[in-house]
Amino acid sequence: MSEPILELNGLGKTFEADGNRVVALSDVSLTFARGGCHAIVGESGSGKTTLANLVLGLMAPTAGEMRFNSVALPGDRGKGHRRAIQLVQQNPLSALNPRRTIGASVRLPLDVHEIGTSSGRAARVAELLQEVGLEPDYAQRSPRGLSGGQRQRVAIARALACEPELIVLDEPTSALDVLVQARVLKLLERLRVEHGLTYLFITHDLAVVRAIATTVSVFQRGRLVESGPVEALFAAPQADYTRQLIGAVPVVTEEEARLRDAIRAGAPMPAAGPGA
Amino acid sequence: MTREPVLTIRDLHLAFGRWGRKSNVLHGISLHVGAGEKVALVGESGSGKSVTARLAMGLLQESRATHATGSIRFDGIEAVKGGPEIARRRGNRVAMIFQDPTSALNPTFKIRGQFREVLRSAEPRLSDAEADRRAEAALAEVSIPDPARALDSYAFQLSGGMNQRVMIAMALANRPELLIADEPGTALDVTVQAQTLKLMGDLAATRGTAVLLISHNLGVVREFADRVYVIYRGRMVEHATTKQLFAAPRHPYTQALLSAIPKISGGGLPDLPERSPDFERPLIVHEGCGEPAEVV
Repeated sequence: MSEPILELNGLGKTFEADGNRVVALSDVSLTFARGGCHAIVGESGSGKTTLANLVLGLMAPTAGEMRFNSVALPGDRGKGHRRAIQLVQQNPLSALNPRRTIGASVRLPLDVHEIGTSSGRAARVAELLQEVGLEPDYAQRSPRGLSGGQRQRVAIARALACEPELIVLDEPTSALDVLVQARVLKLLERLRVEHGLTYLFITHDLAVVRAIATTVSVFQRGRLVESGPVEALFAAPQADYTRQLIGAVPVVTEEEARLRDAIRAGAPMPAAGPGA
Repeated sequence: MTREPVLTIRDLHLAFGRWGRKSNVLHGISLHVGAGEKVALVGESGSGKSVTARLAMGLLQESRATHATGSIRFDGIEAVKGGPEIARRRGNRVAMIFQDPTSALNPTFKIRGQFREVLRSAEPRLSDAEADRRAEAALAEVSIPDPARALDSYAFQLSGGMNQRVMIAMALANRPELLIADEPGTALDVTVQAQTLKLMGDLAATRGTAVLLISHNLGVVREFADRVYVIYRGRMVEHATTKQLFAAPRHPYTQALLSAIPKISGGGLPDLPERSPDFERPLIVHEGCGEPAEVV
């Protein structure tokens, strides 16, 4: 097995304000293999977004440490780490500056990180847009004129511009229609393989996890509940909470319904969940 | 014997725009929902499913920039050309649940005041004490653990799931005959969403409420609805019972949608176009799903 790209050791984050303490993440230890698509799954309040923010260096942990390529990640990130770990957010409209053209948004990281020559950057922007399936003339357009799927492609191109090693994908397709989602997921999969990228895929959608992830870690109220390869987790989920989550997924085929019912039968389900 | 459906929409056309620059949004939509029936209208963003709901609610009115033709009948009230009095006449008999509960509630008033207002729209002389008693009972019915505390909260102090339940409790407080739910719980966790659907299903079963669910999520539709309409770019493309639709979808668009959805049973992702001329093919109506008999 290849050397892990990211290790979390006893990672924790507690927020304190006005005498209130909220433990957002508690004692998380995980190892992520290079080149994988690692899903982080949980409901609201599970700590999955806090985990993403810690990995991105947007906030500092209150306990434990993170190692990136076997080197401890500092709380205050240098340019190297900021470039190596990129983010694609859920809502591409708010992630893209409405007053900048698509080309300027994709070019910004090239300028900031001084990637390539300044004359070569326009060509690189065109190349990046092509890479995510957009015509080069999109560079002149504003994000407002684009569909949700196209905007998300731009956000992916911008992340790729940094030639990152790890991309944190925070619900990258949950705002998209299913036909668009399928295409964006396929794009992400292709880019991962071709560029040897590693993904930290934050999502609440277990069916998407099944389609794209290599490993899954399930979180509940700030704690890691279960973690493992995606096939194993769906074949035999160990934790009751994981079974509940899979059992609550709205499914569309008989085959899925049978699988879900079998998983449901393995655990006491909450009273919710209308009969199919 | 045939009863007139609670809601009947016939050949609804809608266009937005002025000065000759019109954009057509709906191209002849027809649907019906009977008492106690759970019907879903499913489509992607921009398909016209939400404007259909808004027209039916009387929230969208004919104006210089809004051109609607066709018929929307709710219990004998004609909504398309009905003018502003529609909202008053349909009163509390139609309720709507919106997608984002937190923005649907007023952020500057506590839940208590908003709930009293809802109840008093049906019974203007209701006392504070009686209104609060009913509000607490309604909140308890949607499994809010501490109703008194919820009433004393502002929307931002409650979680999304709690706000959704408050919205549902308000929508149901005056016992509507028709409930229109526009993507209820899309912003919420799957377990909360399942509870929301269960509540709406119970309502249809126990009180005979007609429920029209507007959704983009076929999984949710499969769990909830008796009958399904599939809408694509302003046109109905398929109408079937839920069983028929999921066992054997016949329209190319429905087939594409169903295969594009990731499955928990695995199988990867298909290579599908986002658009295709095939998706524009005419409506397919499955056996037993025809128009309701005309009632004179």
